[in-house]
Amino acid sequence: MRAIEVRGLHKSYGSRKVLHGLDLKIESGEIFALLGPNGAGKTTTIEILEGYRDRDSGEVQVLGEDPATAGSELRARIGIVLQSSAVYPQLSVVEILKLFAGYYTSPRDIEQVLALVGLSDRRNARVRTLSGGQKRRIDLGLALVGNPELIFMDEPTTGFDPEARHQAWDTIRGLRDLGATILLTTHYLEEAHQLSDRLAILHEGVIAAMGTPEGLLAASGAVKITYQRDGELVVMRTDEPTRVLHELTTQALADGVELEGLEVRRPSLEELFLDVVGADE
Amino acid sequence: MTGRLFLHELRAQQRLFWRTWEATFFTFLLPIIFLAIFGAIYGDADIDGTRGSTFLLGGMIGFGIAASAFGGLAITVVLRRESGLLKRIRGTPLPPWIHLGAMIGSVLIVTAISVAVQLVLAHLAFDADLPGSPWSFAIELLVGTAAFAALGLAITGFVRSAEGSSAIVNAIYLPMTFISGAWFSTEAMPTFLQAIAEILPLTHLLRLLRGSIVSGETVVDHPTNLIALAAWGVIGLVLALRAFRWEPRAT
Repeated sequence: MRAIEVRGLHKSYGSRKVLHGLDLKIESGEIFALLGPNGAGKTTTIEILEGYRDRDSGEVQVLGEDPATAGSELRARIGIVLQSSAVYPQLSVVEILKLFAGYYTSPRDIEQVLALVGLSDRRNARVRTLSGGQKRRIDLGLALVGNPELIFMDEPTTGFDPEARHQAWDTIRGLRDLGATILLTTHYLEEAHQLSDRLAILHEGVIAAMGTPEGLLAASGAVKITYQRDGELVVMRTDEPTRVLHELTTQALADGVELEGLEVRRPSLEELFLDVVGADE
Repeated sequence: MTGRLFLHELRAQQRLFWRTWEATFFTFLLPIIFLAIFGAIYGDADIDGTRGSTFLLGGMIGFGIAASAFGGLAITVVLRRESGLLKRIRGTPLPPWIHLGAMIGSVLIVTAISVAVQLVLAHLAFDADLPGSPWSFAIELLVGTAAFAALGLAITGFVRSAEGSSAIVNAIYLPMTFISGAWFSTEAMPTFLQAIAEILPLTHLLRLLRGSIVSGETVVDHPTNLIALAAWGVIGLVLALRAFRWEPRAT
């Protein structure tokens, strides 16, 4: 069974169209990253899937149910990390996890949650005394405590330093290895590249590109060849790097010149992203 | 299942209340402190033909209910809404009404303890009279708390930010406690203030409470006050159902 299936999703706020005809299929057990520029509708999409927002039209199935009409049975099977952190500052880490665990019929073991989010040694600290990054890890812990099949994460690592971000990635991979499906939004392209099994780029209310990170890069074809000639930077893009490079180096050898700063590389995910969304920016 | 969830949430709300010193001070301790201060000042005086401490006891119990069920509840709900906590709770299997119900249940527990302390303090230290019928008195406390809780939930719909919540809420209920006569006799008040007082919910609650404490009457002796108080509760409920929001309003 697919974890999420969306067809023809439309959503407007007043006269502002945010989503028009979004299609999305997310398989069970994968980490799926939803990318897009600010205001592209990432949060709107994820909040419709979480059941917070109504849609104007389209079909949406989350774990086989329609989130707009589903009740607490569906909410018991999903975990949610909202964009902003929200916890009771007066409780200790272990108290707030136990409080939320009590909302579920078969919660995950609290010790396991503490270990997964790396807060075992802060278990008795009041939430108000924690750093911003530690509070964000409680957010993640609260999303895991119900032992969900599907976890939504809206920008889970925004504001993290690089080390904390790598730790969060390990946690998220660990969750997938435990069998959970994960849908996350991010505006860190490296995060999407490192972490996701598949990703989609949301642009102007539709999915503009979708696939595995490697597949998308391979499909984008163009390899970039750069070098300097007479002090000027030359940039070439080609689908046939072998032939172009051969011609280039043959000519240079014949002329007896060195191709200064010669570089052959595939475009990064960031360049692919800018290609997809950048046409009108 | 529902009962177990409610008790689980009620326990958490109690723990949260007693760990929040602002809430504990303003809604639990303050009525007791004022009872002690004003009891010492005019406990022996005569107010509207009643012993001062007896008059004050009814007033501070009413003030406490307005402070906790209206003021404290409204401010707590706005803070939780604006921080995103209410939204987060809606994303769990906990039915949201259980969360709100447990908050109101927690207010009832706080009110019960506060009232018990005030009765003992006023009686032992200032020789105040005690309610004639405990059952009727309990009903008055219950209806009063429910009505003010409904009004408190309703007002949250009109407060847009966490920063403004305590200012707006205090500006509404503090003047009401003076006009309704929680602190002193309203007989010397200008007629237009007396006319306003006739409408305010706290005036009706105070008449019920003082009827019990001063003259040993029951709710049956004050049907119009009971109906007026309940009507305020219904108005609050209708407004709350229309205006209540789970998601942050300030962006």
